[in-house]
Amino acid sequence: MGLLKGTINALADPRLYFIVAVLSLIVMVWKREKVASNAFGYSMMGLLTAFFVFGAFDPNFQLIIGKPDNVPIIGLIFSLLFLTWYAMREAVRNDRRIAAGKGPIEKEESDRVWVWPDLVYTELISLVVCSVILIVWSIVLKAPLEQPANRSVTPNPSKAPWYFLGLQEMLVYFDPWLAGVVLPGLIIVGLIAIPYIDKNPKGNGYYTFNERKAEIVIFLFGFVILWVSLIVLGTFLRGPNWNFFGPFEYWDVHKLEALVNVNLSEYIWVRALRTGLPGNWFLREIFGILFVIVYTFALPPILAKSAFKKYYEKLGPPRYYVTVFLFLMMMSLPAKMLLRWLFNLKYIVAIPEFFFNI
Amino acid sequence: MAETKTIDPKETAATRLWNWLTETQVWKSVFRHDRPDSDRTRVLVMLSNVFLHLHPVRMRKSGVKLRYTWCMGGMSFFLFLSLTLTGLLLMFYYRPTLEYAYTDIVALREHVPLGIMREMHRWGAHAMVITVMLHMFRVFLTGSYKPPREFNWSVGVIMLVLTLLLSFTGYLLPWDQLAIWAITVGSNMARATPFLGHEGPGAALLRLGDVPLIHAYDDARFALLGGSFVGEGALLRFYVLHCVGLPLVIAVLMAVHFWRVRKDGGISGPL
Ligand code: HEM
Repeated sequence: MGLLKGTINALADPRLYFIVAVLSLIVMVWKREKVASNAFGYSMMGLLTAFFVFGAFDPNFQLIIGKPDNVPIIGLIFSLLFLTWYAMREAVRNDRRIAAGKGPIEKEESDRVWVWPDLVYTELISLVVCSVILIVWSIVLKAPLEQPANRSVTPNPSKAPWYFLGLQEMLVYFDPWLAGVVLPGLIIVGLIAIPYIDKNPKGNGYYTFNERKAEIVIFLFGFVILWVSLIVLGTFLRGPNWNFFGPFEYWDVHKLEALVNVNLSEYIWVRALRTGLPGNWFLREIFGILFVIVYTFALPPILAKSAFKKYYEKLGPPRYYVTVFLFLMMMSLPAKMLLRWLFNLKYIVAIPEFFFNI
Repeated sequence: MAETKTIDPKETAATRLWNWLTETQVWKSVFRHDRPDSDRTRVLVMLSNVFLHLHPVRMRKSGVKLRYTWCMGGMSFFLFLSLTLTGLLLMFYYRPTLEYAYTDIVALREHVPLGIMREMHRWGAHAMVITVMLHMFRVFLTGSYKPPREFNWSVGVIMLVLTLLLSFTGYLLPWDQLAIWAITVGSNMARATPFLGHEGPGAALLRLGDVPLIHAYDDARFALLGGSFVGEGALLRFYVLHCVGLPLVIAVLMAVHFWRVRKDGGISGPL
């Protein structure tokens, strides 16, 4: 028992957690034929349920999942995992049909039905079901109310509302101007841009994977991994001082985490070149600035000639550059995570003089 | 208008009552067509009822299936309606001032018999954030944002942002520790807005001689909170946005959204 809990605690470490999440995504996509079976889906949901039931006996686990505001996130975990699997199953089934020359199942359901009664009654039933669920939920679970607002007592941890915890988790790796303003802005712009940069005419109006592999993998990575899984991490696994705590670990306010993060400038000037940091900020940060310029401006044209040549030709220059820019911005988070985990890198560019740290 | 009714020889009392009722002048003044059991009346019911007329008369079979839409858009809309209703009821009890906000919530909990309005409002709001996100997920996975539905996807993204903002502004109103610190953490980000936040990159460049133009008392965060910290100004601003501003905008966008679902050819499907 203790061993199992210890293993789960260790696996939940942000690094492993993230890597396991990414690996699961890769396996799900790669082995999708197997994943699409009902047996797999039901065992996955069964395991998840078993995990929560098992955890419910642990006092520390109880404390976090029992917080009234955390209950919806448990619902989110279940429904998102189920729907991801379900959509994958439908996609695989359609892909098989398409391969056999039959066209997606939705094609067979193209004939029209009367909205009254077919749709109106469905709507009525879901309205009743939703109302009942909402009312029962409201009777069973009281809305939380803590002590009256007091500006002189800061709770530890102080957390944003749950849907922003992915962004708050990003604060571990980026400063607020990026994690709280620029990157969220780019998420919105990027989402709006999707239909205008995706030129693939296939897969419009039915579940499929094979006809839109890249689109779906990128979206799953952005939505399921970067957005939702970091929300889950931020909600359940981040405790006082935003330190990491395993699901069965006590939230100890005095837990110490060694912070030995080092800036790129220090790595280069002090450790590699063995001189002091230059006094002039531009000279000091020149390597980081070059790195960022190369990443944002030189990488897209280089990729256009190499790895992404196919996409460059398919999309044409304007769409290609917008897409790759947005993609690189999205990947800047996992990139910075890796740099932090591998090299304890704090900032690539650190110009506190202007609040400009990357 | 009336169509010939087939008379069932084994009429029960209930059907007789029903038949009588639907023939009265009052009933006929409200519903200007017979029961929707023939093709003709099924068209009429959609065209003559203001609540139903956003629907088409007929639609793709795949589009009415739970398998395809997961009903997530519909659930988002249902939750929005129920939030409007419960929110309205909460407004009878709640005053957005430092003096009353917290005690009004306590009173709501302690003194209102059978009160679950606050619960329904809070859990409904959480649920709506989830259903809107999952609705977006389904629209993506069925490729429904592709032409001709690009614009409706963009409208959707704006509504997703508005949903988050609605939830965020509402989070402050109970005025307890949970509320002000969550909003403090969230709104601190605005401090770091490039150029417009007093701790944002580039803000220091915006100055007239020695006088900085952007400081803690006029930056983006100040505009959001109506003050330099989460206080009285923020409570009022969030209240007004939460109860009036944002719901109005999102309601208009929903009208556009539903209209466009129809004008873009109904629920998507393979050609
Ligand atoms: C406030 C939130 C929203 C409400 C109430 C809402 C409501 C709906 C409803 C009722 C439908 C009909 C089909 C269905 O139920 O799936 C629909 C379709 C659609 N929605 Fe939303 N929606 C919302 C947010 C969004 C978001 C965030 C997006 C995308 C980013 C989006 C994009 C679309 C698109 C493209 C369609 C057409 C789908 C098709 O034809 O298959 N909506 N919406």
